[in-house]
Amino acid sequence: MEKLIEEFSVGLFFWQTVLFIALIFLLRKFAWKPILNAVIEREEKIEGALKAAEEAENKMKELSANNEKILADARVERENILKDGRSIKEKMIADAKSQASTEAEKIITSAKEQINIEKMKAMTEIKNQVADISIEMAEKILRTELKDAKNQKKLIEEALKKQIN
Amino acid sequence: MHRFLKTMNLEMAKKLVISVLIVLVANFLWASASPVKDTVSTYTAEEKADQKKSKIKEDIKHHLQDSHDFHLFTDETTGKHYGFPLPVILWDEELHVFMSSEFHHGESIVQSKDKYYELHHGKIHRTDESGNIIESAHPIDFSITKNVFMIMVISLMLFIMLFRTNKSYKKRGHLPSGIGRFIEPIILYVRDDIAIPNIGKKHYRKYMGFLLTVFFFVWLVNLFGLTPIGVNITNNIAVTFCLALLTYLITIFTAKKTYWLHLIDPLGNTMPWIAKIPLYILLVPIELLGTIIKPFSLMIRLYANITAGHIVLMSLIGMMFVFNNWIGSSLSFLLAFTLGILELLVAALQAYIFTMLSAVYFGSAVAEHEHDEEH
Repeated sequence: MEKLIEEFSVGLFFWQTVLFIALIFLLRKFAWKPILNAVIEREEKIEGALKAAEEAENKMKELSANNEKILADARVERENILKDGRSIKEKMIADAKSQASTEAEKIITSAKEQINIEKMKAMTEIKNQVADISIEMAEKILRTELKDAKNQKKLIEEALKKQIN
Repeated sequence: MHRFLKTMNLEMAKKLVISVLIVLVANFLWASASPVKDTVSTYTAEEKADQKKSKIKEDIKHHLQDSHDFHLFTDETTGKHYGFPLPVILWDEELHVFMSSEFHHGESIVQSKDKYYELHHGKIHRTDESGNIIESAHPIDFSITKNVFMIMVISLMLFIMLFRTNKSYKKRGHLPSGIGRFIEPIILYVRDDIAIPNIGKKHYRKYMGFLLTVFFFVWLVNLFGLTPIGVNITNNIAVTFCLALLTYLITIFTAKKTYWLHLIDPLGNTMPWIAKIPLYILLVPIELLGTIIKPFSLMIRLYANITAGHIVLMSLIGMMFVFNNWIGSSLSFLLAFTLGILELLVAALQAYIFTMLSAVYFGSAVAEHEHDEEH
């Protein structure tokens, strides 16, 4: 200890103190402060960039999730539309079918009726014509036949025979 | 350190290792060039060995001492000294300035403004005309000694290095280049692994100037101590005292209320005040003493580590010449070489420890939490 105190050099202490304090202040001004500021600024920049990247990623994720959702929705919608379309189609077909069949029925029945009516008409016409013709024939025959009595008689018999048959 | 090592690439590491080896080898070549030569051959082998030992002892002592001129080596056959003189500045009632070369290595008395001075064992004394030391006079020596000169040189180097580092940031925009790529990891290491964990994110910035300066200064100074120029600045108690004193003053002047409260009232609310009185008669002086012991230990640790390292290293180098045979000399060369590498580690380690402990003391000065939780 005594040796240490004896060795203690006031001059060296003085110079060391002066020089070292000067060095601290100089370096603070010209080195440490600007360097640390640059480093901190850089760190902040990197941190900001990283944060922005993360945010972008999150946004991307959100977007893609949204996209997926939209796609799924679209798919469901399409399905629904298709289903609706199918059912509408089926209904339409069914409707058309039933309508067609009822119409056909109607047409058929009306046709049938018509046919019947026409038939009836034709029948009555034929009947009338047959009656007319027969009356005419009868007239003619009568005129010819009735020229002599014998023929007249024969005719009447024949006619009667025919009628009976 | 891991972060520092990670950022250093392989090529840099290679360069570093090569330069370290060059410095070490140069150191030994230097050492082998300077000491002991067989000047007298009439002595017996034992006497010669004794002579060598005392010469080595003298050399080690000289190596550890500060001096008034920048002495590089001495040619012992011609007695010529190689080196350059440094200015001597004395305060002895008035200012005396002259060059140390006027002492002629302690051989002559210098007259300056009707006073006479003599250099004796590295110390300047006032003498009378015939060279008798006047004991009553105490000239205060403010000379630019070898150590002061090297402090200046190293400070200048440090300043240029760091100024360039700072400049390199501006050139490349937030990215260091050149020497900055070496310096930045160290700065970040001091900040992230020394300052922030010990002081806290809130207060660390105001201490960064001191911590970084101390770290780089001590490291560089220790490294220079290992070069062949052989200036051991941290080997002087005055230097380590200055550094420790600054740590102490900064601690005290930036201390917050809780720091002082902890000193005066270390137990806090753990017991009633009446019970604390007898305890405090013992505790408070211990606490107060502790504040001084902490920087005192800083001072002694740095001083003792560097001094011891140098003495052991120099002794091992000296042993090479004492053994003076193939086996012994090469073994002590190996030992000295290994120790040289170890000393490189110690140079950085002591800088780290000094910075680390300073940061711990600063941390205790600005700690804001209640000490109850701590105990």
